[in-house]
Order: sequence, then structure tokens, then C-alpha cells
Amino acid sequence: MGIEIKMPALSPTMEEGTLARWLVKEGDDVRSGDILAEIETDKATMEFEAVDEGKIGKIMIAEGTEGVKVGTVIAEMAGEGGEEAAPAPKAAAPAKAEAAPAPKKPVAVKATVADPSLPAGTEYVKTTVREALRDAMAEEMRSDERVFVIGEEVAEYQGAYKVTQGLLDEFGAKRVIDTPITEYGFAGIGTGAAMGGLRPIVEFMTFNFAMQAIDHIINSAAKTNYMSGGQMRCPIVFRGPNGAASRVGAQHSQNYAPWYAAVPGLIVIAPYDAADAKGLLKAAIRSQDPVVFLENELLYGRSFDVPKVDDYVLPIGKARIMRSGSDVTLVSYSIGVGLALEAAETLAAEGIDAEVIDLRTLRPLDTATVLESLKKTNRLVVVEEGWPTCSIASEIAAVVMEQGFDDLDAPVLRVTNEDVPLPYAANLEKAALIDAARIVAAAKKVCYK
Amino acid sequence: MAKPTTPRPSRATAKAAAPAAGADHNRPRPETPTDYKASKEELLEFYRQMVLIRRFEEKAGQLYGLGLIGGFCHLYIGQEAVAVGIQSALVPGKDSVITGYRDHGHMLAYGIDPNVIMAELTGREAGISRGKGGSMHMFSVEHKFFGGHGIVGAQVSLGAGLGFAHKYNGDGGVCVAYFGDGAANQGQVYESFNMAELWKLPIIFVIENNQYAMGTSVNRSSAEDQLYRRGESFRIPGIQVNGMDVLAVRGATEEALKWVQGGNGPILLEMKTYRYRGHSMSDPAKYRSREEVQAMRDKSDPIEGVKAYLAAQGVGEDELKKIDQDIRKIVSEAADFAETSPEPDMAELYTDVLVEQY
Repeated sequence: MGIEIKMPALSPTMEEGTLARWLVKEGDDVRSGDILAEIETDKATMEFEAVDEGKIGKIMIAEGTEGVKVGTVIAEMAGEGGEEAAPAPKAAAPAKAEAAPAPKKPVAVKATVADPSLPAGTEYVKTTVREALRDAMAEEMRSDERVFVIGEEVAEYQGAYKVTQGLLDEFGAKRVIDTPITEYGFAGIGTGAAMGGLRPIVEFMTFNFAMQAIDHIINSAAKTNYMSGGQMRCPIVFRGPNGAASRVGAQHSQNYAPWYAAVPGLIVIAPYDAADAKGLLKAAIRSQDPVVFLENELLYGRSFDVPKVDDYVLPIGKARIMRSGSDVTLVSYSIGVGLALEAAETLAAEGIDAEVIDLRTLRPLDTATVLESLKKTNRLVVVEEGWPTCSIASEIAAVVMEQGFDDLDAPVLRVTNEDVPLPYAANLEKAALIDAARIVAAAKKVCYK
Repeated sequence: MAKPTTPRPSRATAKAAAPAAGADHNRPRPETPTDYKASKEELLEFYRQMVLIRRFEEKAGQLYGLGLIGGFCHLYIGQEAVAVGIQSALVPGKDSVITGYRDHGHMLAYGIDPNVIMAELTGREAGISRGKGGSMHMFSVEHKFFGGHGIVGAQVSLGAGLGFAHKYNGDGGVCVAYFGDGAANQGQVYESFNMAELWKLPIIFVIENNQYAMGTSVNRSSAEDQLYRRGESFRIPGIQVNGMDVLAVRGATEEALKWVQGGNGPILLEMKTYRYRGHSMSDPAKYRSREEVQAMRDKSDPIEGVKAYLAAQGVGEDELKKIDQDIRKIVSEAADFAETSPEPDMAELYTDVLVEQY
């Protein structure tokens, strides 16, 4: 009886990976600590070590195989002396699939409304959000010498989440700058450099760490133009992953969108798909105003169609109708948009035609698109992967009360995370976060069905 | 028990940081600066600028008392030699400057029109920030004066960013980032020291040690009260300077510029100085004695110091009186301008929040 070697989960968000290279072959004797294979995760290429001693029996997954799901048996190993197998390598996913740390892959739902600004026949290329963000930065760095990237692990490490992969090679250490772990300091240096005429892109490894730097984002960057009577600009982009990732606990899982969206003088953008990630990041880098650009770690690895056009720049401050419908409006942003689209599919099967709006920019908020949709559907649910109190959802509800009251046939409902710090335990975490089922329930409620 | 404050900078020349125990003694260090040898014309200009700052600030104090200036107003009286000595060594339009909220003096030393500064203090449309910044938030991008910042210590990181931009652009400019003895205890100052030295940024960090962070003396707030040593663990050399003597300040600045322009990275100047007034207009300054302030005024006043230098060059009181009169006129006109300028148009409430339309 051999030991099964399974595809390991090597990052909190890894669902599948590429078996890049086997470093052992069938019949090799291996000892604990020997490197068996190189596995490419969503973030990096990792070495996979043997935990047990024994002889490599059969290799089941050939090297170069992409999309190997976590937990798949990739090889078998005969235990030493043919004894009963010890447990499988520790790094491998547990046998019970539901206990795997990676979140369940969301149902891929295609947006039904194409970007109307693009000519018919535009070619689309499947691109991950991660690549789209990188492409946006690279394109803007090519066209504007003043643009540079600064942050922790952005250069030699190639990005903690691989978003800046390849930038150091192309642009060199002058323009892709690794910092010490010193958020307050490098946010200040970036802001000062923007005041001095450069176009910094400041990457926070996650926005949780930007709390150390929030003084510069708000007091130094957002207020300067106003305080100086329009004399001193601060064109800077603060970007990085925001919101809950997967099983990383309360201090690493928070949505700061409402915090920054509350501040006059800032632009706040939170894209959902890869095309928006690219088009809006390019717009953010070109903007003369300070921009907080909120990404989502769980979306980095997802692929979407990105139009193949020379210079894909989207307007800041414009929401997008992702799916048109007539019975209820679902308003969301960032990762919530995917869940809203998923819910819309379920609702469609039950005879409810939902319209899905992606806000894309949270400040300034495109309230006109929301109110226009409400006129048509008369029912509205806001979907937000974040806390309920003083949220973007609260803001939308207030706007609708003030400006769309007569169009409402039901109270506005908010579908948000539970009002608790995010717990670690898989079941509790799942319970704390929004999902499509909750959106479906809320939509039915406002439709009185 | 706190040690008594030491508000009395020695008249002697600057002292360069002795390497701390265990420090690398072989590392190159800047030369010990010598007092600047000023010509008569230069001394007269220093005198003119310092008197302008003092009279301007006295007038601002009066206008505050009359209710024409509101909010926080931090006067520079007593510290004039620092801004004047340093600014005189910089190249306008090339070197950049950033400071905290006690910023009137630096702007005047930079040659910015007193009228628009005073009009900003009174919150008028003609103010340099169109009345929207106030005493603490004034900027002149044209003069490469980048403010005017109200969060203690923030200007140090921002200044490192300006230094970064000088290096990135290769424009040969140096940033001077001023901060107080209070700011010297903020964490981000050391984050900035670290990166500034790591990346050899062209920046002069200037601690204006006026002995009191609001009401807390240096000795009560600083484990290492010799602030010029604060850069040592980042390998940033420090020089302690008599900030009450404009020639000592200018001499130290020359040395600092040489060091920074030589590609050695940042340098730290501790300017031992003193503010005669309270921290802000609303501070009764009960934390120090009248005698302490009076002794400073009598023995170390920076303007009296320049007068003595001028006397040695044969410039008498009569010549200075003429300057004094001119300055009184300038300041009184600035006050009139600031009082009579209209308040900002109500539409200004909504302008300049963002640069672009979305």
C-alpha cells in the first residue's frame, strides 16, 4: 500500500496549480525534505518537499500539467520496506475536500452587457485580474517617465501577490522600488514625490497595512489641493488588495472602501473584472487627483475577457450595468459583483429578472445610474463584502431615500458581511461573509416572493 | 525629576556629532562647520529678513488679538536666524523646502509676498491659499515651498519624498525638511531616516529645537536629548548648531549642502533655538519662567546678534533705522491688505476639492 502524494495548497487562495517540474522520477528513493516537484501557484513557483521516506512509485500527473486541482493525487510512493503507509505529505490538502482552505470556486457568470463604448468586432483576450493590473502599470510606465512603483516586495520578489511581476526587469530598480516594512514612511515618501511632480504608484501588500499610513492618504494627499487653493497637486495611486481573502483572520480581512469613500479629495475605485482593473487603473495613474485603488485578492487569479485595444482607459466615476433586468436592481462593487451575477442567474430560474450594477468607482459615486435603474425596477438590494454599519450600502440606501423615494416599491435591503471581526474557523468565516444565497433571499423579499 | 532645560545655546561654533560608542569611526563624516563669513551687504539682508519676520509675527499676534486671525497661529519670534540662515544658502527654484505649521517665517525668508501671507492668516480671497489653508497650510509651488503641514512629523516623510523626486529627476536639487523637537519623537521620522539613508536621498533634515514641544521640554520627552545624534543609528551624521546665530546657521548649511550634494545621502542639523512666544496664540507658556525667556532675549537674541556683527563692520544704528522703518511700512501695508481684502467667494467652498471633473 503506497502513500498518495497530493497536489498541495501552497497559498491561502490557491485552488489549483501547475505542476511545473518533477525533480524525482519513478523508482527514486526519497528522504524527508527532498524536493519532489516545483509547483506554480497563483502567487509563485514553490518547491514541494517530501515529508516521508520511501520510493517513488507511479507519477500520475505529468510535468507541465496546468490546472491541477488541490488534493488531486499526483504520485504514489511506496513506504520504506513496503510497510503500511504513513500519512500523506503534510502540505497536501486533507482528504476531505470540504475542509480544503481554498474557497469554493464561484460559479462563473458571464456579464450579459458588453461595453457599449467599444466597436463591434473588438477582439477579447482572456486575462487574469492580476495580469490586467500589471499590464496597466507597465503601459503607463512606458508612456510616462514620471510613473514609478514603490512598496514592499514589488521588485525583486516580483510582488507579494505577483501583481508587479516582470516590472523590475523591464523598468529597472530606479522605477520599481522595494521598501522596508514601513507603511507610514513610504506612503509619505510617495505622497511627497507626487507633490514634487512625480506619479507614484504606492502598493500596499494589503490595505490592512495601509492603516499605518492612512494619515498620509487622508491628511497629506487628499487635502492638499484644497488647502493650497488649488496650487499644489498630489497625483498618486495607492493600490493593493482589500477585503477578506481566505482564512487569514480578522486583522488581514477588512474592506476599507467606506473609510476612504468618506473623504472628500480622494478618488476611490474598486473594480470587479480584469477589463475594469486595467482600464480603471490606467485612468487612476493618469488622474491628477489622489486615487485609492482597492483590489481583491480572491479576484487576482480569475480570468475575464479584456478588450484588445491599444489604450484601454475607462472613465472614473461611471457605474456599469453588468446584466440588465426589470424586476429588481442589485448594486455592488468588487467581489460582490460576481456574487450578485450568480444570484441573478438563480433568480432568473425562479422568474425574477434582476439588473446588476457594478459601481466600479465609489467616490465619486455614480448615483444617476443607480437611480435610473431603480426607476425601472422599483426595488433595490445593495450587496457589499464588508460590514453593514456606515457602509457603501448605507450610503446607497440614503441616496435612494433622498432622491428615489417615489420610485421605491419596497424598502432597500443591504446584504453585507456579519457585523463581527472576521473569524478564522472555516464554518464561522463562511457564515460571516456574503454569498449568493443571501442575495437571492433579499431579492425575493423586496419582490415580495 | 526632569533636568532643567538648557535654553542657552553656546555662542561657540557648531559641534559635529561624535560617533556613538561602537560606531564605525572610519566612516566619512562631514567637516565641522565654521561660521559663515558674510559681507556687509549679506549681513544687512539677513538683518532685513529677520526684522521682517519679527515685525510680521508681532503684527500677526496683534491681529489675532483683534479677532482678525482665527484658529491656530504659531509665531516664529525668536527663531528667525534658522529660516534666514538656511534659506540664504539655497538656490531658489531648484532646492525645495517643507515644514510644519510654524511656517510664516520660512515663507518670508523665501521672499514670498508678505501681503498674500497675511491675507491667508486673515482668511481672505487674496491669501496664498485663497483663504482655504490658514496659518498652518500655506504653499508656494512656484518657490518650491511645499508647506505648511499640520500633522506633527508628516513633513519629514513628505520631505523625503521631495528628496526622492530630486534624485529621480536628477535635477541637482536638495530638499530641506524642517521639524521641531516635538516631531523628532514621531515614528515616521525614523522610517524616513532609514529610507533616506538607504537610498542616499538629497535631503537636509533640520530639527528646529526650540526646547519645548508645546509645553513639554526636550528633557521631559526625549531619552536622547541631544537631538543631533538621532540619525546615528541610520548612519546619518548630525551637527548641533547655534540656531540663534545666523552665521553659524549659514555655515552649517553650507557644510550640509556640500555633504548632500556630494552624494553622501542625508544629513541632520539640530538648530538649538528658542521661541519667545507660546506654542500657539492660546498658550500661556506656564511651563517656563519669565526669567528664562528674558535671559534668552537679553543674551542670545538673533537680531541683536546680527546688529553686533554689523556694528563690527561699521554699520551704525542710523542705517538700520532706515531698514526698520521700511519694514514697519511693509508690515503695516500687509496688515491693511489682509484686513481689507474680501473674504473668499462662497463658490470657493466647492472648488479645488478635486483637480479633474469626473
